[in-house]
Amino acid sequence: MAMISADNRGLRLATRYAVLVLIALIFVFPLVFMVMSSLKPSQQLLEDSANLRAFLPVGDISFDNYTDAFRRAPVATFVFNSVLVTGVTVLLSLLICSAAGFAFVFVDWKGRNLLLAVLLATLILPFETIAIPMLLMVAHLPWIGMEGLTWGWLNSYRVQIIPFIADGLTVFLFVQYFKDLPGELIEAARVEGASWGQIYRRIVMPLSGPILATAAILKFLVMYNQYLWPLMVTQEEGYRPVMVGLQYFFQLNVAWGEVMAYLSLITVPVLAFYLYLQKAFIASIASTGVKG
Amino acid sequence: MARISLKDVRKSYGTAHVIKGVDIDIEDGEFCVFVGPSGCGKSTLLRMIAGLEDITSGTLEIGDRTVNDLPPAQRGVAMVFQSYAIFPHMTVRENVAFGLTIAGASKAEKDAKVAEAARILQMEHLLDRRPSQLSGGQRQRVAIGRAIVRKPQVFLFDEPLSNLDAALRMDMRMEIGKLHNQLGATMIYVTHDQVEAMTLADKIVVLKDGQVMQVGAPMDLYHNPANLFVAGFLGAPSMNFLKVTVQGIDGGRALVSNGALDPVEVATAGRSFRAGETALLGLRPQYLTVSEGPGQLHGQVALTERLGAETVVEITLKDASPLIAALAHDAVFPLGAMVNLNFDPARAHLFPME
Repeated sequence: MAMISADNRGLRLATRYAVLVLIALIFVFPLVFMVMSSLKPSQQLLEDSANLRAFLPVGDISFDNYTDAFRRAPVATFVFNSVLVTGVTVLLSLLICSAAGFAFVFVDWKGRNLLLAVLLATLILPFETIAIPMLLMVAHLPWIGMEGLTWGWLNSYRVQIIPFIADGLTVFLFVQYFKDLPGELIEAARVEGASWGQIYRRIVMPLSGPILATAAILKFLVMYNQYLWPLMVTQEEGYRPVMVGLQYFFQLNVAWGEVMAYLSLITVPVLAFYLYLQKAFIASIASTGVKG
Repeated sequence: MARISLKDVRKSYGTAHVIKGVDIDIEDGEFCVFVGPSGCGKSTLLRMIAGLEDITSGTLEIGDRTVNDLPPAQRGVAMVFQSYAIFPHMTVRENVAFGLTIAGASKAEKDAKVAEAARILQMEHLLDRRPSQLSGGQRQRVAIGRAIVRKPQVFLFDEPLSNLDAALRMDMRMEIGKLHNQLGATMIYVTHDQVEAMTLADKIVVLKDGQVMQVGAPMDLYHNPANLFVAGFLGAPSMNFLKVTVQGIDGGRALVSNGALDPVEVATAGRSFRAGETALLGLRPQYLTVSEGPGQLHGQVALTERLGAETVVEITLKDASPLIAALAHDAVFPLGAMVNLNFDPARAHLFPME
């Protein structure tokens, strides 16, 4: 009997792993295909795409597509722009949205429930519905910079950053997380003389590792994948992000090898960011040690 | 150090009145315990003193200042919470020093004060640990340590021992008592545990439904309860109440009896009764003795609990009402045995029916 049940357990485990491996492969194959194709000349790439060779580094392998991609488009500029815009937006968003969530949950003020409801209602608006009004607005906004007072934000980094710093979803994530923090911690800090700012900085933020990581990943993905808005508000190459840059590879003759090389390049920051935060995410849970 | 005065303090949430006009004076250095059943408003009252809840009306003074509208930090109070509320991401040292850090104290000052608090609470060896590495009792020590380093005028304790097991609770109770003697600070302590109230307090405030039932020294409340609620709430096992008929009144004394009780004269303690009226006679289980002779009360043994030094006997009286007697010695009573009991009428309390 014991043997049979042990066999059963082994079989169940094997089946489970087989299913998991299959699912993992389904997700990994496109990435492998992309990277392998980026190393092949266009002709071979199209031939290989019909069989398993598409996933293997075989045939005429080189980094030519990468050098060609850099020649065809200002790839470095696009990647720099995307990383800058995404990075700054994520940082400011974490700061502003967590502070808003803090005020909604811990500070008692008139109208906070109404305002939170209005904020959450914005979640149901698709971006496309407000894109045009927003474009008209940013085209006439004032800005004080190096050149003094100027009008219109088009063709700049700020037009890609500022409208996306605060959003209902991120505030909502913080509100939900803060509601679960023990209220007595906040009260204890108040009795000890801490100001709201100090409570935010010294108590709430250090305990918010998991939600900061989650909010950062979500915001990063949204910002890094921005296409419609930067296409509308930037006409100069110097400010355009990676997704808009992809257009450059579909003009005139499409070189699929270069497209794959470009896609491989712009995937690197996403993977790096995700791997970094995954570590921070696990560390934050391990160090919190909230118990009892 | 400071005295605290509450004058007609009230608290309402919309139409729900939680605190209904409370007047309490707590002297400088006094240990005052708020006690009462769940939902009586004792914690709310403490939080109002701390500044964590607004005061709807009335005046709250700490020292010679009216503090109704001052934020918690400016009231000179420190608070120990039921859940300890120690910050999980800080070491014990950082937790204890938190208030000093916020106040901008120098490192040397913080080190000295934390060391002193750790010495008083015997937790020097815990200073570099994280809260997750501490037991419940140790966490409570940290919470108390955080309260004492700032040398506040007033300490507030909100059921600080209710999350601890029985043995640890007794140890910590004694330590809090010692701490009060050592620091000499004004302390307000909220509990629903009457043993904590009786053993720690200089003054007990008994609350019910947001109102003060009685204020006084523990023994004063125990021996002279102002009303039925206080009489029943303090003391374990709680006071027996026998329904009796007032046979006659003579000055400050009333002659009472019922089917199981021979006529006996007890003091009315200033309460007014009329002949023929039904009243409640309060008898503490500890003041009942088994009589070899005819006795004053007569009944049958329903249950015996032998605790070694004490025997708790539940007796069904002749009129079918239950009565508990706590005898200060070990004794065996067969189930159903007839017993006669005696009591000192001077220790009986007569209350009007409510």
